[in-house]
Amino acid sequence: MNVSINILQAKRLTRSTAVIMLSLLLLILFVVSLSIGSVELGAKDIGNILFDKLGIVNGDYSLTQSVVLMDIRLPRLVFTVLIGASLGVSGAALQGLFRNPLVEPGIIGVSSGAALGAFVVILGFTSFIGDLPESYKVWLLPPFAFLGGMTATFLTLRLGNYQGKVRTTILILAGVAITALANAMIGLGIFYADDQQLRTFTFWTLGDLSVATWNKTYIIFIPIVVSILGLNQQSKALNAIALGEAEAFHSGVNVERVKRFIVFLSALCVGIAVSFAGIVAFIGLVIPHIVRMVFSSDHRIVIPASALGGAALLIFADVIARTVVSPSELPIGIVTAGIGTPFFIYLLMIAKRKNLV
Amino acid sequence: MLVARDISYGTGNREIIKNCSLSIRPGEFTAIVGPNGAGKSTLLKALINELPHSSGKITINDLETRRLKSKPLSRMRAVMPQHTNINFPFTVEQVVEIGRFPHDTNPAEDQHIINEVIGLTKLVPFKSRTYQTLSGGEKQRVQLARIIAQVWDKTSHPKYLLLDEPTSDLDIMHQHGLLSITRDLLNQNIGVLAVLHDLNLAAHYADHMVFMKHGEIIKQGATEEIFTKENIELTFEHPVQMLKEPENGKMVAVSVPNYLKHQTQKEINYA
Repeated sequence: MNVSINILQAKRLTRSTAVIMLSLLLLILFVVSLSIGSVELGAKDIGNILFDKLGIVNGDYSLTQSVVLMDIRLPRLVFTVLIGASLGVSGAALQGLFRNPLVEPGIIGVSSGAALGAFVVILGFTSFIGDLPESYKVWLLPPFAFLGGMTATFLTLRLGNYQGKVRTTILILAGVAITALANAMIGLGIFYADDQQLRTFTFWTLGDLSVATWNKTYIIFIPIVVSILGLNQQSKALNAIALGEAEAFHSGVNVERVKRFIVFLSALCVGIAVSFAGIVAFIGLVIPHIVRMVFSSDHRIVIPASALGGAALLIFADVIARTVVSPSELPIGIVTAGIGTPFFIYLLMIAKRKNLV
Repeated sequence: MLVARDISYGTGNREIIKNCSLSIRPGEFTAIVGPNGAGKSTLLKALINELPHSSGKITINDLETRRLKSKPLSRMRAVMPQHTNINFPFTVEQVVEIGRFPHDTNPAEDQHIINEVIGLTKLVPFKSRTYQTLSGGEKQRVQLARIIAQVWDKTSHPKYLLLDEPTSDLDIMHQHGLLSITRDLLNQNIGVLAVLHDLNLAAHYADHMVFMKHGEIIKQGATEEIFTKENIELTFEHPVQMLKEPENGKMVAVSVPNYLKHQTQKEINYA
């Protein structure tokens, strides 16, 4: 009996095949995402505008179409790609590092720390300094959230450190403790918060991509791309770590260094993503699973494919979030969980039938 | 050579291993035997730098192991743990490939080595199977293949395999299968050290035996000289009878009930 490891039944699906397949999927989603909305934009219009902006050809389109595409949909698309990729990739890297498929990026405390940071801005500033103009809040919240996320991860790492080595089990428990502490502080804040503050915070915890602008996209671009490339570089080491930390050490992996590196880069890109887009649940947990089920468990495929898959799922979710209750918008976190879960359950059923899990 | 000189390790004020010295030569199979709690696995863990030795020195090909980084170290020695569980569905081939991590060989050469090792360990029919779906014996064979892949190259320096009770969960066929594959590697400039629970298995495959008791090496030497009734009884504090294997003339130790303890000295008749 020969049990194939993945649903596609492909024995030796290479990294490049997986990357090409997902890139094509992304490309299709790009066009769909750019064309859907209250202003109609066909693939041809999009092409006309983009090529015209690049100075290649002079196409025919209206000014409205151009503004909608260039100032609203395109920055939002790039922003979405970056957020989705960073959540997918850090989920994959942390699941690999902790050898645990139940891990999600929040395990290192970054999400709850960021939530606390965001809450401080939402609650603290409006209570003590008086209500700030919206534009101030927009620029104050991300750095505070980022600071909160990084501080929480730093504390988690410090607590998980024993005799110069990061103990994985202690690290996970430290993450749980830091998360609980941050949540307790948020809870205390909630007790004192008024309805408006509560509403703002609750929506923040459901994620929001409508805040995307070119400026924000520029800011998040470099740290997220650097993190993704850095994590991708560790994929061979993660394969060895899948056997166990001692085994990885004996296979030539500098486990301590890899561990710190992965925790730091994951915290960096998740911290950035969460600070700018709020908490977008589910992607970091489930995308790596889907990738492993569809392609392979080889981290040389899982890491890049989770980046691409995370981006793809988030674009798809965003299209739905923007359209179903148009002209209003659903919080993105509801949609990612809403469409991701059934798909995940479907894959789980197939995997169960084929005896893969 | 892989040499440990006077190494000790302890926790608190209890010494688990005391002043142990041994050498593993390329081309030789060395087995560590001893009763439960003798410190066999601790000695192995100290030898592979998983536990820090408090005194003494461990050198591999004349380099002190403590000063080496994991990558150069893993090019000279590979370690097989008692059990290896993987939580993600890796194929047999992917697991074996991990053995190539410390090497900078190109993918084509790696693939060649992987195929060769998979053939050597008789894993060809399992190549695309998921590791988790294998039996205990098959899993151990895959791990053996992985560590062989790690030391399988044309570099001239001697290499070492260290195995921690590799046969503990295996049936007799798989025990012999695994150890005979290991023995076949000796002519590749590879030295093997294994902690073995089964005395006769150790005596059958090892050139050199190390008897441990209470954290100390009490006897070591060439198997023919050291595998005696006296040494075994001294180490295990239990009577044994020695039999000769008719096929190859090697000695086999058979444990017998401790009649002395019950004050009933009876002659045992082995037909």
